[in-house]
Amino acid sequence: MLTYTIRRLLLAIPTLIAISLIIFLLLDLAPSDPTANLPLTIPPDVREKIRQSLGLGDPIYIRYLLWCKQFFVNEPLNMLEQWFGWDIGGDRLRVLSWQTRSPVVDLIVQRMPQTLWVVGMSYVVGVLIALPIGIISAYRQYSWFDQVGTFVSMVGFSVPTFFTGVLVIVIFSVWLGWFPSIYDTTHQVTDWQSFLFQIKQMIMPVAVLALFNAAQISRFMRASMLDNLNQDYVRTARAKGMRERTVVLVHVLRNSLIPVVTVIALGVPQIFGGAIITEQVFKVNGLGQLLIISIQGGDLPTVQTLTFIFAVLIILFNLVADVLYGVLDPRIRYD
Amino acid sequence: MTDIAPESLAEARPPQSQWRNVWDQFKTHRGAVWGMGFFIFVVLAVTLGPYLWTIDAQYIDIRARNQGPNLSHPLGTDQLGRDTLARVLQGGQVSMAVGITAMALSLILGALIGVVAGYFKRLDGVLMRLTDLFLALPLLPLLLVIIMLFRDTLRAAFGPETGIFMLIVFVIGITSWMQTARIVRGDVLALKEREFVIASRSIGTPARRMILRHILPNVLSPITVSATLGIANAIITESALSFLGLGFPSDFPTWGRLLFDSTDYLQQYPERVLWPGLAISLTVLSVNYIGDGLRDALDPRIRGR
Repeated sequence: MLTYTIRRLLLAIPTLIAISLIIFLLLDLAPSDPTANLPLTIPPDVREKIRQSLGLGDPIYIRYLLWCKQFFVNEPLNMLEQWFGWDIGGDRLRVLSWQTRSPVVDLIVQRMPQTLWVVGMSYVVGVLIALPIGIISAYRQYSWFDQVGTFVSMVGFSVPTFFTGVLVIVIFSVWLGWFPSIYDTTHQVTDWQSFLFQIKQMIMPVAVLALFNAAQISRFMRASMLDNLNQDYVRTARAKGMRERTVVLVHVLRNSLIPVVTVIALGVPQIFGGAIITEQVFKVNGLGQLLIISIQGGDLPTVQTLTFIFAVLIILFNLVADVLYGVLDPRIRYD
Repeated sequence: MTDIAPESLAEARPPQSQWRNVWDQFKTHRGAVWGMGFFIFVVLAVTLGPYLWTIDAQYIDIRARNQGPNLSHPLGTDQLGRDTLARVLQGGQVSMAVGITAMALSLILGALIGVVAGYFKRLDGVLMRLTDLFLALPLLPLLLVIIMLFRDTLRAAFGPETGIFMLIVFVIGITSWMQTARIVRGDVLALKEREFVIASRSIGTPARRMILRHILPNVLSPITVSATLGIANAIITESALSFLGLGFPSDFPTWGRLLFDSTDYLQQYPERVLWPGLAISLTVLSVNYIGDGLRDALDPRIRGR
């Protein structure tokens, strides 16, 4: 298992390099000019100097290698310094955002908590809803609960989050006035009152994303339970006189969770993509919103770094899912 | 059942074509039939609708702006007095066209790569690594980046509407073929070991005819199922892009764009987001139900039970 993990980790390196190159080339090919949004009164020679100062004068491979060095060497070193208070020394150039002229990694660190709170919470809630629904609908297949659950999950992943989001805003903020329609990220939790407000403003975005996530996971849970409920070991367990509860919730559930756990792991990076839209609906200024404004502003270093981080997440969680599968299911060992 | 002679079997049940059987099974899935009905309705509405509801979607009647549903404007009007029903119909045309074309593109790519990877052993490794690479790309951010960066060039080259249409269809197509390719490859690998393929190869059938005559017809069912899912995916992606303000221009409505424009007036006219949103959701829901029904109907293990 360990050799398998190491092999996969090593294999991930060329993939990541290829992806970073693809993203870089794509951004470079594009006819986008970072100085296009500057005032027209700037004379052409000054404009050219601004372009030079952004590093646009260098040949493409130098810019790519420079970005690689900044991202893979300088930024990790910097993080080590900050976390452990070390002084490694040396003058390190960081990946700078063209819009704000501040390091991209700092921007990401600022935006991360909002995204993690909303998105992470919605994923947890989604999983917690999905598992019981999946279990019950599989156990009572074709009952009314199953029919309703299947319909709701079908609706859940057919209706895009940008419509459900807008819909809940219309219902709960415009008509009923229960929750604020805009997520206030400057809000700080200091006492009970502000904590309640935080809960209130989180309910809608979390519920919208959770519905979407729960829809997919509950389908998997149901299918996986159905696969296991007809297995011989279930009959054996019943024949030995075990209580139905034990049979379903211990024997069947444990085995059915194996594929579901990997699906949950695989879904983690996708929720960041989905969060881009939800953040836009509820005006959460998280990572998704940072990506959108940097795309609109032609801020290539930020876009490059953020997109690459998304790619790293995808590969990492693919790996986690595969390793988990091997760890949880002794029938599948890769070596 | 083995003792029944073939003649009596033939008498008991008249021979039916495979597609007839599929249709019979499909009919038993109630959601799928409803979905099919609704999908046909939407397609007819967006293609024939503009001939029946003749108000021009671009016609600005500023005196009739911000109206609620009434007789002359069944779904109301927007902030410039444009008729919402006409805009939803026209937007549907674009959304459906994008959905179907992008699906066709991704299907052709996916089937081609899947068949080639499954059939030619030498290309398998390369193509599957390519598929894995595409699967590891963060698609939504990349879509946004591509559209943001290339839309001005294409707009200048092909005009504002055609340029954006081609760009969106192209990017959705090339970022959604991977699942189809994987499924098709798996099926082709299994088919290659079947007797009829081996027999056909033993009489020297060339690869091209082998693929077209023997392999492709047999992988048609997974392709059909992923076609329906592809339409749903393409419609959602296009609306998401339009919703983020990176799709079609505002005077060229699509469902996502209409939804995006209506959210600005959410406080005053909350009902306005309903129509495009419902159109997207119901269409995608119906397509997903069709896919569900097709999957059951095309699976010979379920069919005939």
